[in-house]
Amino acid sequence: MSLREMAKQPDLLAPGHRLCAGCGEAVTARLVLKAVRGPTIVTAATGCLEVATTIFPYTAWDLPWIHTAFENAAANASGIEAAFRAMKRKGRGPLAKYEHIDVIAFAGDGGTYDIGLQALSGALERGHDFVYVLLDNEAYMNTGIQRSGGTPRCAATTTSPAGRVIPGKREWKKPIDEIVVAHEIPYVATVSASYPTDLIRKMRCALEAEGPAFIHAFVPCPRGWRFPSEQTIALGRLAVQTCLFPLWECRLEEGRPRYTLSSPSLSIAKNPERKRPIEEYLEKQGRFRHLFRPERRDDLIKEIQEWVDLKWERLLEKAL
Amino acid sequence: MTGQKSAPGWRELPHGAVPYKSSREYKTGDWGVLKPKIDFGRCTKCTLCHFYCPEGAIRMRGDGYPEVDYDFCKGCGICAAECPVKCIEMVRRG
Repeated sequence: MSLREMAKQPDLLAPGHRLCAGCGEAVTARLVLKAVRGPTIVTAATGCLEVATTIFPYTAWDLPWIHTAFENAAANASGIEAAFRAMKRKGRGPLAKYEHIDVIAFAGDGGTYDIGLQALSGALERGHDFVYVLLDNEAYMNTGIQRSGGTPRCAATTTSPAGRVIPGKREWKKPIDEIVVAHEIPYVATVSASYPTDLIRKMRCALEAEGPAFIHAFVPCPRGWRFPSEQTIALGRLAVQTCLFPLWECRLEEGRPRYTLSSPSLSIAKNPERKRPIEEYLEKQGRFRHLFRPERRDDLIKEIQEWVDLKWERLLEKAL
Repeated sequence: MTGQKSAPGWRELPHGAVPYKSSREYKTGDWGVLKPKIDFGRCTKCTLCHFYCPEGAIRMRGDGYPEVDYDFCKGCGICAAECPVKCIEMVRRG
């Protein structure tokens, strides 16, 4: 489907929600919902998306939506899917009339990397047919920018403030994609709202997959990352171009995970000179300001660059 | 801007919290300082502004050109920054 055809699809996330101006989650959620193919039920864990779209008495969701607690978006999605199958089998209940229902679970990085990991792991192991969309804005933005398992090293947050003692968060980002791929589920993909056609195509593949599917979306946050609101899309693109967040998909074929790079990252793999230095990405954000001012911390920038290079090489070993 | 007059009290609501109004009734258009102005002479109908708008406030019209709903636009400036031909300019609301 071309962009022009997809633009005609109605938006299922209504305007009037109260996410910040320039919010990457709103763009991602809109694009994800563009891929919806039929009757769909959405559930969302606590997070920016949940609190800002359903402030009583208003709702921004034009499709059935269920709120759940912070830790159990995946468990809730499992329950919805199991209830649908039970009603279908018995031939009674409000959902029995549908041929098929897609279930989408939205959760943030806090609700996935930290709090919701066991519920996610359980749901993937039980093999429920649902799509889990991780909106990764790399901290607990909803409660005021606290560090999470998804926060990258050296990022300043309110619970890992940069100062004389520590240069922001001391730990590296948790490799959530690898953890999910290790569950041997049919489909795992990374997406960025800066590449809308790629995102919508992958979301459609995830919905079509038989069994659980996992979409990891990279979501720049103007408020928490401290950058001007109009740069949300540009920063997401820069994360792909620096190979900090490569775009790939992984299918399970004959019991083996088969990685494929998507075109924006594939072109960098073929032409390594197109890979941009991580410094370009870091210097645009206030949460990394202490790496450049008052004095330049070349040691830390080099450390981050080496980590990015290592992760990129490891991905290339798997994907090529 | 929030139409409060017909809201039922909590005793009249069904069990569980059920938001019963569309957020389309809550206009967020007064949040921003700037608003986008599109030069239709240079617009190539690429639709990117529609896809990148966090609010869904840019709709593609039947003739293929974008149209901004200023009732909801928060003035983030993503459309102006991402327009490939730079035909969107952010101007002060007035």
